[in-house]
Amino acid sequence: MSAVLEMHAVSKVYGDGPAAVHALRDVDLAVEPGELVAVMGPSGSGKSSMLTIAGTLEEATAGTVLVGGSDVGRMSARDRAKLRRRSIGFVFQDFNLLAGLTAAENVAMPLELDGMRARDARKLALDALERLGAATRSEHFPDDLSGGERQRVAIARAVVGERTLLLADEPTGALDSVNSESVMRLLRNACGRGAAGVVVTHEANLASWADRIVFLRDGQLVDQTSTPPGPEALLTSGSA
Amino acid sequence: MSVRHAILALLSEGPKYGLQLRQEFEARTGEVWPLNVGQVYATLQRLERDGLVESADDHDRARDGIQKGYRITEPGHRELLDWLNNPLDDAQPPRDELLIKVLVAVEVPGVEVHDVIQVHRRHLVETMQRYTSLKADAAEDDVALALVVDAELFRIEGAVRWLDTAEVRLRRHQLRIPPVVAEPDADKPSVPALRRRRGARL
Repeated sequence: MSAVLEMHAVSKVYGDGPAAVHALRDVDLAVEPGELVAVMGPSGSGKSSMLTIAGTLEEATAGTVLVGGSDVGRMSARDRAKLRRRSIGFVFQDFNLLAGLTAAENVAMPLELDGMRARDARKLALDALERLGAATRSEHFPDDLSGGERQRVAIARAVVGERTLLLADEPTGALDSVNSESVMRLLRNACGRGAAGVVVTHEANLASWADRIVFLRDGQLVDQTSTPPGPEALLTSGSA
Repeated sequence: MSVRHAILALLSEGPKYGLQLRQEFEARTGEVWPLNVGQVYATLQRLERDGLVESADDHDRARDGIQKGYRITEPGHRELLDWLNNPLDDAQPPRDELLIKVLVAVEVPGVEVHDVIQVHRRHLVETMQRYTSLKADAAEDDVALALVVDAELFRIEGAVRWLDTAEVRLRRHQLRIPPVVAEPDADKPSVPALRRRRGARL
């Protein structure tokens, strides 16, 4: 099975000369279909840069990034935009829903931007909202939704259609623990249906929903979790 | 985890047999804490000795080999309420082995404290992943399991957050632990350096 996202020796430098900031240094990461990877690290460790480069919103200073096997560094800006509309879903901390559109219209938007007929886009949007348990909210505007509901709509927008790469930057924002957990459960389920996911968080509790956790320090990937044994190991090993 | 008090709580609902207590204990703790029947009977014997529970069966049933039942006594009820309503005694927090390891790592030549922190962080986060997978595999409305798993997760997360904070602090400032051995100066007190720095509070 080939990885949906591959980063090879990716570095990112902002500025130059003595003022240069090395946000990422030689980062290697591969995320398979169906896998959810969490990126943990302190503020300024390069977590968000990693995500924006993976999502082709920024270009790497060095190294290669492949999405679905294609080298994004060799694509035209137009092709990268198409890749983002078609294959990549983003979930942001502050939801980024358009206030003037209903939940269904927000979810359908990336499909319509990609040229899909409005009726077809709406059908897929309603399917996505249904999967996320937000079907009854489809005709509400973002201002009429709770924080948890807004994030469900944002996740529906990120997974609608045939998206293969799901990128989330601190996706639980200011939600309480139980709503945050629902968000992570939904992201995990979305990956369970075959997408590859990368979630950036500084909270271990949320990262623990991922299949694998990688640790960033000063722009370098310094460590990662190994495939955890099943939960039954908790029963035989006594306390944690 | 107080098996003793959990058993008192289960008996406060009415008389029960040992095997039944074990099954109910495991069901209510989301089956995270297995309990063998020997532990249950040993605990019941101690509770009976202390007058907190008593045998609920008539003599004939016990003699016929039917399982022995137990019921909670009045002192048992008081003990249970007392336990439920009193916070843990944190007046003397236990020595935290993780804290000691990090403090010691700073001083050991050839050891990078950030690597020590990362080893422990990874281990804790992997443990959290296992607990979270219990929740992930269960139905979202399995509240008993979620409550038990949350309690473990938040406890472990506390240690992870402490490690995160320790790492940032240690990057920002060098940890300076003055030598514990007293200087060859008779006038200086020979208390350990850390205690000496805390001064008047001790």
